[in-house]
Amino acid sequence: MEMLAFLIPVALLLGLTGLGAFIWSVRSGQFDDPQGDAARILLDDDEPLTERN
Amino acid sequence: MTLTADMTKGCPSGLAPAGDQIDGDVSAFVRKVGGEKTLHLSVRGAKCAGCLGKIEAAVGALDGVQSARLNLSTGRLAVRWEGGLDPNAISGCVSDLGYGAAPFDPDASEGAAKSEERSLLIAMGVAAFAAANVMLLSVSVWSGHGEMGEATRRTMHAISGAIALPAALFAGRPFFRSAWSVLRRGHANMDVPISLAVLLALGVSISETIRGGEHAYFDACVMLLFFLLIGRFLDARLRRRTHVAAQELALLQSRSATRLDRDGSARSVKASEILTGDTILVAAGERVLVDLEVIEGRSDADESMVSGETVPRAITPGMRLYAGTVNLSQAIRGKALADADGSLMSEIGRMLEAGEQRRSTYRRIADKAVSLYVPLVHTTAALTFAGWLIAGAGVGQALMVAVSTLIITCPCALALAAPAVQVVAAERLFRKGVFLRSGDALERIAECDHVVFDKTGTLTLGVPELVEVDGMKDVVARAARLARVSRHPLSRAIVAAAGPGEVAPRVEERAGLGLEAEIDGVRCRLGAAEWVGANDAPASARLQLWYGEGDKPPVCFTFEDALRPGAAGIADALKRRGATLEILSGDRAEAVAEIAAKLGVDSWRAKASPADKVERLEALRAEGRKVLMIGDGLNDAGSLSLAHASLAPGGAMDVSQSASDGVYTGAGLDAIPTVIDGARVASSRMRQNFTLAAAYNLVAVPIAVAGFATPLVAAIAMSTSSIVVTLNALRPHVKWRAT
Repeated sequence: MEMLAFLIPVALLLGLTGLGAFIWSVRSGQFDDPQGDAARILLDDDEPLTERN
Repeated sequence: MTLTADMTKGCPSGLAPAGDQIDGDVSAFVRKVGGEKTLHLSVRGAKCAGCLGKIEAAVGALDGVQSARLNLSTGRLAVRWEGGLDPNAISGCVSDLGYGAAPFDPDASEGAAKSEERSLLIAMGVAAFAAANVMLLSVSVWSGHGEMGEATRRTMHAISGAIALPAALFAGRPFFRSAWSVLRRGHANMDVPISLAVLLALGVSISETIRGGEHAYFDACVMLLFFLLIGRFLDARLRRRTHVAAQELALLQSRSATRLDRDGSARSVKASEILTGDTILVAAGERVLVDLEVIEGRSDADESMVSGETVPRAITPGMRLYAGTVNLSQAIRGKALADADGSLMSEIGRMLEAGEQRRSTYRRIADKAVSLYVPLVHTTAALTFAGWLIAGAGVGQALMVAVSTLIITCPCALALAAPAVQVVAAERLFRKGVFLRSGDALERIAECDHVVFDKTGTLTLGVPELVEVDGMKDVVARAARLARVSRHPLSRAIVAAAGPGEVAPRVEERAGLGLEAEIDGVRCRLGAAEWVGANDAPASARLQLWYGEGDKPPVCFTFEDALRPGAAGIADALKRRGATLEILSGDRAEAVAEIAAKLGVDSWRAKASPADKVERLEALRAEGRKVLMIGDGLNDAGSLSLAHASLAPGGAMDVSQSASDGVYTGAGLDAIPTVIDGARVASSRMRQNFTLAAAYNLVAVPIAVAGFATPLVAAIAMSTSSIVVTLNALRPHVKWRAT
């Protein structure tokens, strides 16, 4: 049972990290143009960052 | 691999045909902030990585351009640059690559729609995170049932609550807000039972946790929100796509025109900036943006988009030209008779609005289901509470059972039933080249029993084709030497029939008459019968053009607005689906009669004005017919928005596209039976889903009322019902019936 005191916070922390990453990616516009991003990966000389607008 | 501009025109993968060329000057749409200029272009025909690379590389290489970014999902290109680069060079660069480009003003409402979608997505993520973690804890509580000590269970519940409470309050905001706003006005919608269930479940669970009770519904709460938010997000995404399509209307209105100022200088202005009385210069091939009175110049007008009439009309000074007309042969000057708001376009705009209002009274299946469902569920919960009290239970226990009834009946499956089907069906049709603009369009298309077609551009290609030549093939080739200099649709038809070849020197274009040139000392004329010298030409219902060389007897070319591929079978295909057909056209009676006879359509009407069309649709509506209208011109826009459901071909006027429920791409009419089949399947799927949701409640409610709805039972029942309706939506169609 003592393990739980350790495992639950770890599980939550991992989950929160994932959630944070998700929110960051939505806010930075990575879900705005799924089609374009899928196509852009095929190009060599693209710019790394999505423009915020 | 670096993609360069010198590759093939248009989409290199062949996914999309080359877009329409740009018309007009885009410099009116440039926004300046400091030394930096921005231009937004709507690019048509860009579909793949090749397009993206080509456009961004070519535009980015222009002098002074700092960034060029194309959004493939919306087809919009944002360009930022510094210095004296001519904005027309940017749009010219895009159209040189083989894409259509039109300038537009990004507006605020689009940003709002985008941020709504984002916040729903974030809420969904939060709910998913909370649901996953709380479920882990709940599973351990359930599996430890009977063995777990009270203290451990209470700790588990407390941790669950600590996760679920903020998450539910955050993720539930869209529902709470909407429920509160309707409640304040004394109404109810689907969000009211949702909010009530979530808040009550939270409240009961907190009190259970504090009392150290056995059941807490934290998991049900967040899972419920997660499922509901999926439906909400799908819905928002569909609506935003609709919004982007509707903006095309604004695009047409906001194209630029050339205004001649008092001092004689020409300036490019937005259509919205034109005032009554301004002098407008319309170049050959340019579209007229506001109603004009011609002051100077002779030319030909293609009014097929305005009236459906296929024969070009001669333009003479003093004549009135309506917005949407294309000036074919020579530049003309005109006086604006009204500003952009007062022209024919805005009259059609008013018709659209009236139609939209009529349509907005349509109640979707989902709304009908909710209006039955909500009172039923709440009465059941109230009766349960009263029943348990009467049976001698304590207030706490009775409340607990009533709340569990509310939770288990929360319209989770109901909220997913329609959006899931709509998104799946819209996606399937999208792959077949049909783009639907709203979810409820499917329901309306499925109900239609009468199909009304426009002729020009819808049943026919809207472009004349050379059909008969008296004489030899090489006459066509010789006539084409003249025709190659002209933008007149009949000239183009001759060029298309003759193929590539030489151009005669010094060809003169005489507005309303035809083309003239001297080749090897022989005077050649291509044009109207009398002008060419065919005085005894027989009168014909068809489009004709005469070609004469010197003293030789003139040769007659006959043209026909050819049927679209697939049109021949369309009548049978639709009749087999139980629909009746009708043609409403603005073109001449002979032309319409011929097409109607070819297709086997008995009911038709020619020379119909936009108002006539609207009137006819009103009459059909009064008879109780559900009309599916298919049209492409400006004159169809009003009736498209009034019809029960409507479709427009991909080449239609932007106004018509945004007035209709869907746009089908490709040259053929085969898409229409496909859309009807798809809509009917989707509609029956929605009904099945509502039946499934009702069946679920028939089983779940007695269990809850009897007090057996423990959190475990609730979790299983709720997710099962949501998954079942989603799977039913995803189930492949048995078979798309052959057209």
